[in-house]
Amino acid sequence: MREREPGPWRLILTLGGAGWLAGALLVGVYLATDPSIQRNRARALFAAAQRVLPGAERIEAWLFKEGEPVRYEGPRDVPPPPGALFAGYGPDGTLVGVAIPAEGPGFQDTIRLVYGFDPQRRLVIGLEVLESRETPGLGDKIAYDPDFLANFGALEVEPEVVAVRRGEKRRPHEVDCITGATISSEAVVAILNRSLEAWLPRLERAAERMRERTGA
Amino acid sequence: MSGPVRESAWREFAKGWWRENPVFIAVLGLCPALAVTASLRNALVMSGATAFVLIGASLVVSALRHVVPRQVRISVYIVVIATLVTAVDFALAAWMPVAHRELGAFIALIVVNCLILGRQEAFASKNRPVLALADAAGMAGGFALSLCMIGAVRELLGNGRVLGLRVLPAAYEPWAVMILPPGGFFALGLLLTVFAWLRERAEQRRRAEQARVAAAARSGGGAP
Repeated sequence: MREREPGPWRLILTLGGAGWLAGALLVGVYLATDPSIQRNRARALFAAAQRVLPGAERIEAWLFKEGEPVRYEGPRDVPPPPGALFAGYGPDGTLVGVAIPAEGPGFQDTIRLVYGFDPQRRLVIGLEVLESRETPGLGDKIAYDPDFLANFGALEVEPEVVAVRRGEKRRPHEVDCITGATISSEAVVAILNRSLEAWLPRLERAAERMRERTGA
Repeated sequence: MSGPVRESAWREFAKGWWRENPVFIAVLGLCPALAVTASLRNALVMSGATAFVLIGASLVVSALRHVVPRQVRISVYIVVIATLVTAVDFALAAWMPVAHRELGAFIALIVVNCLILGRQEAFASKNRPVLALADAAGMAGGFALSLCMIGAVRELLGNGRVLGLRVLPAAYEPWAVMILPPGGFFALGLLLTVFAWLRERAEQRRRAEQARVAAAARSGGGAP
């Protein structure tokens, strides 16, 4: 005997019910895991800030309030609010550089990264990708390819950072792309340029204030 | 659980480990089997995440098999699987951040592992929860076994270590290619060959045994 076809309402209710239950479950899981995820993110951010500022021993978060840079005094187990900078101090208390978080669209999803900037020499001195969902084996190399990351050891930022094909880097403001991951490499450079454009006019003042805290 | 049900459950559980092993026999789920097995630790985490999703999805799909209309069943399976994968993604990000970072997009890609959707359509949607649980646990076990074998071979030959512990002498020159993407294909090819050889040998033994029994029956039947 042929099975009776279900009506449209039964189909709608089944799919709607499945979606509703899935949503409710995910909200529960999100609420249960979010504090730990935030704590891990904060730890990863501070640790990455230290790594992109070679020689830094102490990291402090800073924020701009009403145009003025002020030290962030909030808890260290949640990431500082968006727009925070990280000042890195050497063993003698001198300012080594400023770590700046930045993000932007990649090939598949948002790429989150942090880079170190030396305001005195006006150089990018390190870069680390915190989160990306680029193609495994290709685009995700932006996070671990040593040759690509070496581009950011002493990278000039003026007039602007430029992505070039692998092996064609001639000038100190150029970045060698990863073969097979040109779009992801260019995305990193675009994120860097956008962030520098927004931050450079304010960085000098911020670095001044950060230096005033030297030895604190 | 009654005797026959227990027996069926045991049969369903056992088949995934060897006779219907998802990777070495059915050749399913090769993407994670190749991509995340550069080390045994990553293989273990991926196996655990896949087992959670497979077992959870099979239980839900089996329990709802009389409720979900046939016309929307695939959509419902995908919703169930995607929900469980997202939950695993959150859980790993919260409690195993290093593994979460190393596995990256492959956690989210569990959604499209054909082993999981395949077991829902082929088994869980047609059987009661206890059998669906046994089937999913066996398949998850077989999948974990495969990933761990590939991971162990690659880490051993590529690093001289297993789970970070040195196994081969320090004088061993690591085959770096084994922890690179081609190493996944080499290790999988090697293990597929071993599995095929073992299966063939078992089949030959079975045939020889059948022939021996048949010959004994013929000679017994011909006696006065």
